[in-house]
Amino acid sequence: MNFPSTLILIGLSALLGRIIWDRWRALALLGTSVLAVFAFQPALPIRGLDFWLPSLTLGLTTLCWVLTTPAPQRRWREQLPAIALLTVLPLLLGLTRYLDIPIPVTASLPPQWIQIAIFALSLASIAILLARLHLSNAALTIAFIFILLLFAVLKIPALAHETSTLLRQINQQSTTLASPLDLRWLGFSYIAFRLLHTVRDRQNGRLPDVSLPEYIIYVIFFPALSAGPIDRIERFITDLRRSPALTGTSLGLAGQRLVIGLFKKFVLADSLSLLALNSENATQVHTAGWAWVMLYAYAFQIYFDFSGYTDIAIGMGKLMGFNLPENFSAPYLKPNLTQFWNSWHITLTQWFRSYFFNPLTRWLRSSRYAWPPALLILVTQLATMLLIGFWHGVTWPFVLWGLWHGLGLFVDNRWSTLTRTHIAALSPHWQAVFNVCGVIVTFHFVALGWVFFALPSLDICFHFLRILFSQSPNH
Amino acid sequence: MNAPSPRNIAFKGLALFLVFNILFAVAPTDGLGKLSLYNRLFQGRLRLPFGEDSAHSYNLSLFNLDAMFASHIIAAAPKSTDEFRVLTVGDSSIWGTLLRPEETLAGQLNAANLRICGRTARFYNLGYPTISLTKDLMILDYAQRYQPDLIVWGVTLEAFPRNKQLSTPLVTNNATRVDDLTRRYQTSLQADDPSLVRPNFWERTIIGQRRPLADLLRLQLYGAMWSATGIDQTYPTDYPPAQTDLTTDETFHAMQPPMLDTSQLAFDIFEAGLHTAGDVPMLIINEPMLVSSGKNSQVRYNFFYPRWVYDAYRQEMSRRAAAQHWAYLDAWNLVPADEFTNSAIHLTPAGEAMLAEQVGQIISQQSCSK
Repeated sequence: MNFPSTLILIGLSALLGRIIWDRWRALALLGTSVLAVFAFQPALPIRGLDFWLPSLTLGLTTLCWVLTTPAPQRRWREQLPAIALLTVLPLLLGLTRYLDIPIPVTASLPPQWIQIAIFALSLASIAILLARLHLSNAALTIAFIFILLLFAVLKIPALAHETSTLLRQINQQSTTLASPLDLRWLGFSYIAFRLLHTVRDRQNGRLPDVSLPEYIIYVIFFPALSAGPIDRIERFITDLRRSPALTGTSLGLAGQRLVIGLFKKFVLADSLSLLALNSENATQVHTAGWAWVMLYAYAFQIYFDFSGYTDIAIGMGKLMGFNLPENFSAPYLKPNLTQFWNSWHITLTQWFRSYFFNPLTRWLRSSRYAWPPALLILVTQLATMLLIGFWHGVTWPFVLWGLWHGLGLFVDNRWSTLTRTHIAALSPHWQAVFNVCGVIVTFHFVALGWVFFALPSLDICFHFLRILFSQSPNH
Repeated sequence: MNAPSPRNIAFKGLALFLVFNILFAVAPTDGLGKLSLYNRLFQGRLRLPFGEDSAHSYNLSLFNLDAMFASHIIAAAPKSTDEFRVLTVGDSSIWGTLLRPEETLAGQLNAANLRICGRTARFYNLGYPTISLTKDLMILDYAQRYQPDLIVWGVTLEAFPRNKQLSTPLVTNNATRVDDLTRRYQTSLQADDPSLVRPNFWERTIIGQRRPLADLLRLQLYGAMWSATGIDQTYPTDYPPAQTDLTTDETFHAMQPPMLDTSQLAFDIFEAGLHTAGDVPMLIINEPMLVSSGKNSQVRYNFFYPRWVYDAYRQEMSRRAAAQHWAYLDAWNLVPADEFTNSAIHLTPAGEAMLAEQVGQIISQQSCSK
């Protein structure tokens, strides 16, 4: 998102915040979020795909609602306005194909109107079929696996390449130009997390009853669509169902977050991006000193970029009466890696803790083999961090990034177990010294991990690491 | 304590922003470009900033001459007593398109470790990649503050036509400097030329100047990458070579054969350039150019020049050089055709070495006698 489009969205949020009648508020939020799904999607080289991917987002979300909502709670008649909106808006966008005026909501010319109508009818048929079936838990498991498979297709470069080739063949486009980048599905990572969360919570019986518009607004809420935070549905709908009480204080807080977010994203992060580590400059830098400067620049760029977006999302949410969860809490000022991960991308970490780390720990503890505590911690930390690495992309550098943090968390856990009582016995002065040293060590550990995060291949990663730790002026 | 009203905060913020904008528009901000991290935090650049692909070249084009010079290594420190300071001025062939800094004319002459008049010769690349004598005049005039002992000025006919003088953005966006040059050197440039950009009040506010201000900031930030990598332009592995098959068109900037109309060439600006140096000796080089042997090469030498006009120009330059006693090197055919890169005036490192050798020999012999 660039600066002008962010300002437009902020203006839109302020406008939506003034709509206080519950029914219209939900529909206005739904309509805006549906349009945002199309508007945020970047243009793709495969013909029509930048229209079909947002359409699939809406289709998949609708089907997940059908699957996760027990039949008596569906109350179809009440959902009719939302269904109408979900159908009519994409069809209207499709009609813009026949206008001479460029409409900046879709990235490129929408597909033929008849194709969109067939797609909508097919989805409606599947939804009706699913609604009529008596679905068991197995259906939810299948949905869970299906979302994971979609994830794998997008995140594993070889699979993404094959899929791109296939789509290009169907579209009669050159397959030699097929690339994993052809499948950039905006916001899917976050959408998938929200869908998986609702599917698992339905299986566990923890999912609250939500209407179709509520469910869809939760999944594709436009301020949090592209970069989170990943809210929990039970918390989100309390804000959605409550009439927004926009006071001077809440508007002031919203403005403050927005100004801070805009400054972080468009001044600090965008400036740092000019000197931050990337695949090109990693092989051009001459000396260790400048290599560290580039790495520090990357560390702060990614922080300001990501936390800036979060501030903007939280600020926009506040303008509309939503209190989105915090995602960052001064992570680079934390004295150990465990605290770092409790303050970096907090909602993602919590998601993995709830849906992977805790269930895995429980499962291992309940297994016949009596796991030694240290080994249990090592396995669960490594597995969780590897999975977070895979979420970013299934490539060797992300594997190493996951391992780096998994091992780091394990070592941190052991170190803190060993030293906790000794450090507690120290004077406040020495505790402060330990704290400062901890902040410096943790920051550098995280920064070194960014090497694997920022660079696309292991060759470049190790080349850059050699420069970082070289003595001579020219490596 | 009551929380401040958001409306009040917004109002005060807007009022402050408005005041700062007005102050910025009315206050003299000419010296802003002199504030630079180069030569302090970052290594000074070896040539003036210019770049169209900033993300990869760690360089950018801007119009603030103060900032451009402040980022250059020449502004690093006062000239030492042992230094014989030589400035090389000219277009992209002097700046060194597709050449690394050490491969340019100045770079190769520095590598030669010349000693002139008992001092170590140090060459500074002040070339800039647009072709206009007025642009050169502006740079020559500005550069005098750096106490040169010798100036090497590379020119080519394409820089002379009057319609080229205000065609470069560096010139058009420095209207005040052009006015000053016109006044001091009595050149034929017109102050009311519509191509000269003269910002109104609103264009001088922070909002109006946001692009130049952002460029100043980006120039500083790219200083880090320049220092880290030593890269200041992109070096594509393949590029379209200079054109050798030519058209039969014999016109040159509306001039038709057979007579060279010198009134259409800005010799007054060229003379002004010679005068900027005062007593400092100047070596004029008629830059090497590609002499094509391809299609229609009997009509044209290359993409830029029909044969008739270039031959007449060379004669005119030689005549003036003799009459006015310039130190003059006519290097027009010094470099063979296969030592040009993507233009009829852009040399390969080997081509640049040929020119550097000639220039080195001349200045070693001649400058001391002055």
